[in-house]
Amino acid sequence: MLTPDAKLQVGVVDYGMGNSRSVVKAFEKLGIDVTVCSEPKALAEVDRIVLPGVGAFGDGMRSLRDLNFIEALEKQIFQRGVPLLGICLGMELMSRSSTEGGYIEGLGWFDADVTRLQVSPGIRVPHIGWNDVEQCGTGTLLEGVASNATFYFNHSYGVHARDPEIVSATCEHGTRFAAVLESGPVKGCQFHPEKSQDAGRRVLLNFVYRVAD
Amino acid sequence: MLRVRLIPILSLKDGRIIKTVRFDRYRDVGHPLTTGKVFDSQDVDELILLDITATQERREPDWHHLSMTADMCSMPLTIGGGISELHHIQRMLQIGADKVTINTAAARNPDLVKRAVARFGSECIVVSMDVFRSDDGTCDVLVDGGYASTGMHPVEFVRQMEACGAGEILCTAIHRDGTMLGYDMELTRDIVDAVDIPVIANGGAGLLSDLVDVVNESGASAVAASSLFAFTDNKPIKARAFMLQHQVHVRPV
Repeated sequence: MLTPDAKLQVGVVDYGMGNSRSVVKAFEKLGIDVTVCSEPKALAEVDRIVLPGVGAFGDGMRSLRDLNFIEALEKQIFQRGVPLLGICLGMELMSRSSTEGGYIEGLGWFDADVTRLQVSPGIRVPHIGWNDVEQCGTGTLLEGVASNATFYFNHSYGVHARDPEIVSATCEHGTRFAAVLESGPVKGCQFHPEKSQDAGRRVLLNFVYRVAD
Repeated sequence: MLRVRLIPILSLKDGRIIKTVRFDRYRDVGHPLTTGKVFDSQDVDELILLDITATQERREPDWHHLSMTADMCSMPLTIGGGISELHHIQRMLQIGADKVTINTAAARNPDLVKRAVARFGSECIVVSMDVFRSDDGTCDVLVDGGYASTGMHPVEFVRQMEACGAGEILCTAIHRDGTMLGYDMELTRDIVDAVDIPVIANGGAGLLSDLVDVVNESGASAVAASSLFAFTDNKPIKARAFMLQHQVHVRPV
């Protein structure tokens, strides 16, 4: 727990998947100190970690592994208790596994699995655009966010939690999948809070300032 | 439920935002910075920013103006124009694009689309298709800013692009571009019906009712417009309010 006027710094992991710039800009616009972490050792200097990402699950895991980020991230999160927010592919990677490309093991920080969204009448994949989320559970990320707020999604895979306790919000596009997961210091959102206007800004502010003890 | 998106398109040429008519003559609309800023303050669903002469002029995308405009934007942003290599896509993502759009190169070299999807993910790759409907009604996919014919039928092309992994199609009716006479409903519907990926309708919006009509008649996932915002007093917020009033499931204002 930090005092209200402690200067918090957010570290955005750069592991070559998608771009960290939009996320960095979003924090800057909120007046929050933010830095890009291109090396694992930079994680030791920050108070919050963001794992963004767009692209393939397998590539994401490989990049994290090759750049030696996994051990460093786990040390910060589970030993030092640094809160981490995964966004889009970032959240997917935090699951146990994905069926993308057969079967690939994820980081396993969420008791959840990733499967491909299915095309059906009226349902196109990728899921691109603004959609509702249904809030449930007792997390902190969505505090102050209106129940009818929409968020911006752009993905082809959905995360399904085995443990309902970690689900703070769901979204439906053909199937119902996790929109927000919160499990101790690790949190994730499938949508892009950095692109989701007011509601997204609220999520980022909550992530930085509303940390459950 | 997923909302229908309303997406303004900005065409960049020689450092200015311009608007073409049938891809031919054009009018100056303003400076990229001011135009980008206006749309940013209008809380638009997404924005598409295109360097429309990069391919024709055989040059790199205009990185200076593209990144200047991208920096101004906090909404989901698609950038395109002049992409012919993976490193172009990489750089567009780095300057702030959430998605990129590939036009001429996609038609000439479908393998580029496959490689781009493998490297960056379908979610980042939009294929932009320019279609010309002749007087006899036949449709042809044109490239090079409308200067060269591919000899392909649009349905054939989008199916090929979907098979290559493209995440979305931007379908532009050249014959309606800038005319403000309404979208080509038949073309849009044929493209929407041909694929299972989202389709953005483009070319011809002149009245707010056009935005409603194209969604109802074609099932497009998103509607794009340029002249409608540049030359009338219709702003995106007003347009969304109109669409909502007419039961189109857009994001509330």
